[in-house]
Amino acid sequence: MSRAIIHQSQALRFTLRNTCQNTLHYRSIFTGTTGVKINHKNLNFDFKNLINCSQHNINLDNSNYNQHRNYSSHFTYVPDTVPSSEGETVRMNFYQAVNNAMDIALASDPTCVLFGEDVAFGGVFRCSLGLQDKHGKDRVFNTPLCEQGIVGLGIGLAVAGSTAIAEIQFADYIYPAFDQLVNEASKFRYRSGNEFNCGKLTVRAPCSAVGHGALYHSQSPEAYFAHTPGLRVVIPRGAITAKGLLLSCIRSNDPCIFFEPKVLYRSAVEQVPTKDYEIPLGKAEILVEGDNVTLIGWGTQVHVLREVAQLAQDRLNVSCEVIDLMSIQPWDYETVINSVKKTGRVVIAHEAPLTCGFGAELAATVQKECFLHLEAPIQRVTGFDTPFPHVQEPFYLPDKWRCLEGVRTVVEF
Amino acid sequence: MGVSPFSILSELLGRKSGCARGKGGSMHMYCENFYGGNGIVGAQVPLGAGIALAHQYKGDGGVNIALYGDGAANQGQLFEAFNMAKLWKLPSIFVCENNGYGMGTSAERAAANTNYYTRGDMIPGIWVDGMDVLAVREATRFARQMCAEEKGPVVLETVTYRYSGHSMSDPGTSYRTREEIQEVRAHRDPIHSLKDKILQAELATAEELKVIDTDVKEEIDRAVKDAKADGEISMEELPADIYSENLEPYIRGITAVDKLKHLNIGSRVNYA
Repeated sequence: MSRAIIHQSQALRFTLRNTCQNTLHYRSIFTGTTGVKINHKNLNFDFKNLINCSQHNINLDNSNYNQHRNYSSHFTYVPDTVPSSEGETVRMNFYQAVNNAMDIALASDPTCVLFGEDVAFGGVFRCSLGLQDKHGKDRVFNTPLCEQGIVGLGIGLAVAGSTAIAEIQFADYIYPAFDQLVNEASKFRYRSGNEFNCGKLTVRAPCSAVGHGALYHSQSPEAYFAHTPGLRVVIPRGAITAKGLLLSCIRSNDPCIFFEPKVLYRSAVEQVPTKDYEIPLGKAEILVEGDNVTLIGWGTQVHVLREVAQLAQDRLNVSCEVIDLMSIQPWDYETVINSVKKTGRVVIAHEAPLTCGFGAELAATVQKECFLHLEAPIQRVTGFDTPFPHVQEPFYLPDKWRCLEGVRTVVEF
Repeated sequence: MGVSPFSILSELLGRKSGCARGKGGSMHMYCENFYGGNGIVGAQVPLGAGIALAHQYKGDGGVNIALYGDGAANQGQLFEAFNMAKLWKLPSIFVCENNGYGMGTSAERAAANTNYYTRGDMIPGIWVDGMDVLAVREATRFARQMCAEEKGPVVLETVTYRYSGHSMSDPGTSYRTREEIQEVRAHRDPIHSLKDKILQAELATAEELKVIDTDVKEEIDRAVKDAKADGEISMEELPADIYSENLEPYIRGITAVDKLKHLNIGSRVNYA
């Protein structure tokens, strides 16, 4: 059995080394050169077939993946850099950048408060570490376990003039607060004829897959809230964008939901400017310029798409343009449309399930605006239409091979 | 009622012999008459009230026990369930397992009223020492009798303690001292207390109890070994058991044209 795995994985390593720019990512899988048992997930995908196949049916029988459990994440983090004109920078990871943003917000705005479950000791992901000591118990405090109450409380605080940052411990737990967000927060300004608003409310929640989250610690609920006019939904891809976007959300005059991909909390390390800076909401960013295919994603998926762009260049000689949407609502319509008009082919990728995921909105709008520019139907590569699975997570996620398959499909149409 | 340790450990590891076929994981243990754990704590209380209503309606004499923690005791949906249960005199036993901490937040910092047995408002409540096995049994018996006599819902607060952290990512020491944990372990441990009681009442000798200890350790060790060796469910189960009757020809997959066959695999235990 183990010999079969070693054999297969060596073939795998050969293929991946050929294509993958960053072999560091796979070290945890391929430690087998000395004959030591390889920590490897024996995927049942025949990679040769995947690249060349003309069928779209995924064969799901009998994966022998219980042998070695330790697999590395499905993406390689690509850090951003800032020009030296941005001033002094400090090496920070994602949660430290979030912490820094909240620290700046609390320091610069005396009405600002931060609250949520377990935030006093630093929070489950250490985002609020040290903030209670620094700014006081009346400004950084724990709430009981009641999401509906937390968001309702936040709306009240915001309406009364305070800047409220409400933390929901995991995005999967946001649903008890769904009514407060959708029926109250989003409609406050509208229904009161602009007499009242809760614009200074920001709701922060960790989202997306983390490798071991299973059904209730891995969800990406951005589509539910994008469907609600009156809310802003923002998802950063790294430490620098996290700090800038969070400060923009906190200072925005409209209620914002800030989703933080939890798998990036420690892995996303960048040189983040120490100054107070904001990244405008509603603007997407083109990370990689290209001519043949537009790849659109947000959060963790952006890093997967970067790798897909490289793979597409190397293996398919296809030049991809990678766009990080950053703001889900409102989304940067202009940047996306201009890119699609240039390339004529689109692949949209997100972890959330396919039906009515945010990719559906993007696809519908793009096809309407760019119909005559499109060379192929718009391809969405997303999670399955199932609940987020327990042990089958690596097969559920739209990893780089599936996205590459999507690129191949649009190119060969 | 109940499942074997092997089944539970398999479920934790996501293997096929798990009580939810490995699809649920740690928070989703199910078996006959056991309606599961819930990842969103507090969600199980209205569920419990509903099951109690079903028992009342069917007249089968059944009673429902819904358990939640001191953290979840502050969820709004509990009070909705309490209200309905009292209004309709449901045969419901609501048990608050108060271990003093809602993960990292102590009960005093989360609840204005930490007498959780009183929080049923019009529902009578019983405070129980959760570390005393016999007390818990008697309280449950009493509560069950109350429900059987149609004396309506009851709230039990069982005061207990949690030695380890809340979950894998919680070390359990950043919000409480190690001395506190050790003190409880030394003086209030339920198994040791029961053992002392048995020995004092001379119902068994220390050697006989030691035999039980060893047997249990062996059983669990064996279950762990078996669970680790057990296989995971096949990939076909990823799109299985989403619906009872899948009306679309296929479940949509990763790209818009991938077709996954929906299968119905698990067998239902809750009703015929």
